[in-house]
Amino acid sequence: MSKRIAVNRRQVLAAGAGVIGTGILPRGVRAHGAPVKIGVILYLSGVQAFMGQQTRKGNEFGGIYAKEAGGPPMEFIYGDAESKPENGRVVAERLIRDGCTLLIGTNDSGSTISVAQAAEAAKIPFLINIASAPQITEQGFTQIFRNFPPATTLVGNAVIRIKELGATTGIEPKTAVILHVNDTFGQGIMKGVDIVWEKVKVPIKIVERISYDVHARDLSVEVAKAKATGADLLMPITRVSDAILIIREMVKQNWSPMGIISPGSPGPYEKAFTDALGKYGDGYMSCVPWYNPTKAGAREIAVRFEKEMDGRFDLNAAFAFEAVQIAADAIKRANSNEPAAIHAALKTTDIKDHIIYGGPIRFNEKGQNPNIGVVMLQNQNGRPVVVSPADASEAKAVFPLVPFDKR
Amino acid sequence: MKRALSPRPWPAFVFFLVVAGLGPVLDSFWLSLLTLVFFYALMGLSWNLMMSAGLLSLGHALFLGLGAYTTAVLTASGGISPWLAIPAGTVISALAGSMIAWVGGRFSVRGVQFAVLTIAFAELVRVLFDNWNFVGGTGGFFLKAINPDTNRPLLTLRGGALFFYFAFLAITAAAYFLVQRLMASRWGFRWRAISEDEDAARALGVPALRSKVLAVAISAGLAGLGGGLFGLMQGSLFPDSTMRLQLSIEVLIAPIVGGLGSPFGSVMGAFFVVPLMEFANVLGQRTGYYGVNTLIYGIVILAVIAFLPHGIWPRVVQFVRSARPA
Amino acid sequence: MTTLYLNVIAGGILIGIVYALIALGLTIIFGVMRIVNFAHGEMVVIGMYVGYGIWSVTKIPPWMIAPVAALALFMLGYALQRSIVNAFIERPQHAQFILFISFALIITGLHLVLFGPDSRPIDIIESMQSYSIGPLRLDVVRSQAALMALALITGLILFLRQSMLGRSIRAAADNLIGAQVIGIRIRNVYSVTAGIGMACAGAAGALVAPMFDTQPFLATDFTLIAFIIVIVGGLGSLTGALLGGVIIGLSEALAALVFSPALKTVFSYALLTIVLIWRPNGLFGEQSR
Repeated sequence: MSKRIAVNRRQVLAAGAGVIGTGILPRGVRAHGAPVKIGVILYLSGVQAFMGQQTRKGNEFGGIYAKEAGGPPMEFIYGDAESKPENGRVVAERLIRDGCTLLIGTNDSGSTISVAQAAEAAKIPFLINIASAPQITEQGFTQIFRNFPPATTLVGNAVIRIKELGATTGIEPKTAVILHVNDTFGQGIMKGVDIVWEKVKVPIKIVERISYDVHARDLSVEVAKAKATGADLLMPITRVSDAILIIREMVKQNWSPMGIISPGSPGPYEKAFTDALGKYGDGYMSCVPWYNPTKAGAREIAVRFEKEMDGRFDLNAAFAFEAVQIAADAIKRANSNEPAAIHAALKTTDIKDHIIYGGPIRFNEKGQNPNIGVVMLQNQNGRPVVVSPADASEAKAVFPLVPFDKR
Repeated sequence: MKRALSPRPWPAFVFFLVVAGLGPVLDSFWLSLLTLVFFYALMGLSWNLMMSAGLLSLGHALFLGLGAYTTAVLTASGGISPWLAIPAGTVISALAGSMIAWVGGRFSVRGVQFAVLTIAFAELVRVLFDNWNFVGGTGGFFLKAINPDTNRPLLTLRGGALFFYFAFLAITAAAYFLVQRLMASRWGFRWRAISEDEDAARALGVPALRSKVLAVAISAGLAGLGGGLFGLMQGSLFPDSTMRLQLSIEVLIAPIVGGLGSPFGSVMGAFFVVPLMEFANVLGQRTGYYGVNTLIYGIVILAVIAFLPHGIWPRVVQFVRSARPA
Repeated sequence: MTTLYLNVIAGGILIGIVYALIALGLTIIFGVMRIVNFAHGEMVVIGMYVGYGIWSVTKIPPWMIAPVAALALFMLGYALQRSIVNAFIERPQHAQFILFISFALIITGLHLVLFGPDSRPIDIIESMQSYSIGPLRLDVVRSQAALMALALITGLILFLRQSMLGRSIRAAADNLIGAQVIGIRIRNVYSVTAGIGMACAGAAGALVAPMFDTQPFLATDFTLIAFIIVIVGGLGSLTGALLGGVIIGLSEALAALVFSPALKTVFSYALLTIVLIWRPNGLFGEQSR
């Protein structure tokens, strides 16, 4: 994390500064053909700033790409929710007041629900780029469109990947211990795990679930407890800094389980993680939605992103990129800046050619895209690569984990 | 303690009336800002009441949070009308306050130790809520979305900016008059006596324990009332923001800056402090520096406490009185 | 199983020693001046930034930077006390309280403006290492921090016992009027005390910088921990701060192990409440009732 070149805070805030004005300006009366104002709500500062800034880069890159492909004129206005979920609503309201007729966000479940409430009250469509909490689509929101799998789907697909792993390598883990963060996202995935384990009768027994506070700075006891269970697998559900803490503790306490497989959480594939841990970050597997590297064009986009935006083309960037493409597609078909028109166009979205691994992008009656797949990533030589399923993989999985003290 | 209280109610009455009249002509930014002002004024009035009995509360967010959660859970999960849920929240907060005051009074926990006791309880409950699945834990508790077309604000007690403007104005004005009457009443005298010297007051026959419990119960109840409505306005509650220490500190800055011991001072304090917060935020975003708002906030507080130790409002009153021909 | 408990207990004690250093600073200030420094956590964070800053430029291990941080914070504390805080000694408690709140806000604001809200981890090779002593695995960073903390604490106690200035401070703490009668320059004593108190916080900050990623918002946690320890140990009591620090460090670790890690602070707050009710002056404080 100390080596990354952060997006200059000043640039980020200056972008939003112009419109965080006194708000005495009336709701924009725009000439036809003027760019659509799209409000983007992200965590650009605070503990989750890194993911938020990655998402922003993906957003910007998506804008550049869409423009080159002949998309409609779009103006992105960024709002920072400062890593506090309740700020989502406040920031969204501000952006709506400043004339945004479409919202994109937020890369965190808690703030997503908060924004959704504001969007619902103001009848502005809200395109969700990353948020896995199941209740988002169960609350009766009519304005949301989520292009990200809910926790149950995510975990369900992750379990399929884990089973495949056992089948291809011949090594079947029998027990697992779960370390999970205690926020909206972590609880959502945990619930997903419970439901899927119940439904599918997964042959891996979960011997213990250890939860920790999202603000925890010291996970030594948690990791010690997990180690003491002697489970085959560690299944962490984390964010980035806690993932780093966990691996550090595992190295210090010399615990190398058969495998570390996350059933759907950020952390290991982030550049901050691989930079901070180097060789100790290798071997960690994560089952997440991702772009399909074997698809024509996707690889090129990833490489170009890394060159132009100075960051890894990870989940955050990829989904932000795709959200912008969806927005461009809808705005073009709507041929209008009005929220109701954009909403109607989004409802009929049907995009077959896109970079995320999965089927065509469509939104069902709850606003959910049911066709998003999950791949298994593994850190190899400091980079996340897709190791499964076969139609998207770039490399073979290394399983079991190479013990930490042998690196 | 300086008597900066205005014994006549009508200037305040006129003030609130004028503010109410402004409602329909303001745009949503000002409505939101002033609603926040009323909220902080309400919290300030509540905090001030306890303080007048010498009880420094550093955990006021607890009462706010209990009110917010009670109201939200009863409304969303229990299907109970908010007209009943908000009073329920008020009662729960008042009970919590009474308990803390009773424990403090019964075991002679005073001064700094009492303040730390309030922190302890607030943090305890916050962490418990963090881990209580029924209210959503750290993940948060979310109210169902309101459909702007079919929603009836007077029924659900949730509406647009104008609705909450009037709702908060109403309860803040009511709280103001209540607190003012109380502080000028017999109880007010007892509280001030306890705050000056509890043992002497006791010797003179003041029922210390009862007085303190009453002060905190009312104070907590008011905070719970505000919290309940605040929760309905926010739509989502997280223990880490609704009950955190920083919030407890934020709510006491307005009454101290405005003028300790003076109910109208608490209201004026909020009118000063909340726009200051907003201005500092805007300045921070314009210059591109994160944290300028915190810095400005701190500097202004420092300036006020150094040069206007009794707060802004008493100084204003003094100025007005000296300017008026005798 | 016993290895697990032993390691957790050892870890708890080590961190407890560093907590004790933080608490010591707070308790000294209160013992002498009867002022509650609500910005104590912010002082610790200043120390963290000093530690991080010097490390990132010179790559000197943070535990060695602690004395430098102590010196820097001493000067800051001394200056603050002389210029502003001394004037507030006679003022009512809530005024002092607001004063320190304003300091806390200003310091956090400055940190945010100067360094930004992102956390600054210190990536040193020791972060991944542990000492193996029999069945115990002791975290290298924690062990180094605890040893340095012990050294600083010992130095401080010797200073207070042996030196002239130290004895003046203790005299002022015991009997303010008496101390003035025998000619001790109280304002001076106050300034030095404030300096020492903040130096403790600063040194501890440098020591914990490699353990907890440096960022401005950690301050509240440190303030709270310091308060818990000082109240439990006894406001103004040095032994109380020391033993209190270890007790809290230990109890947090054990609570996390035995109950749920997410609930470990509940235990500390429950302990705090019990002490406040049963012995408001702390376990080692004066027994005035």
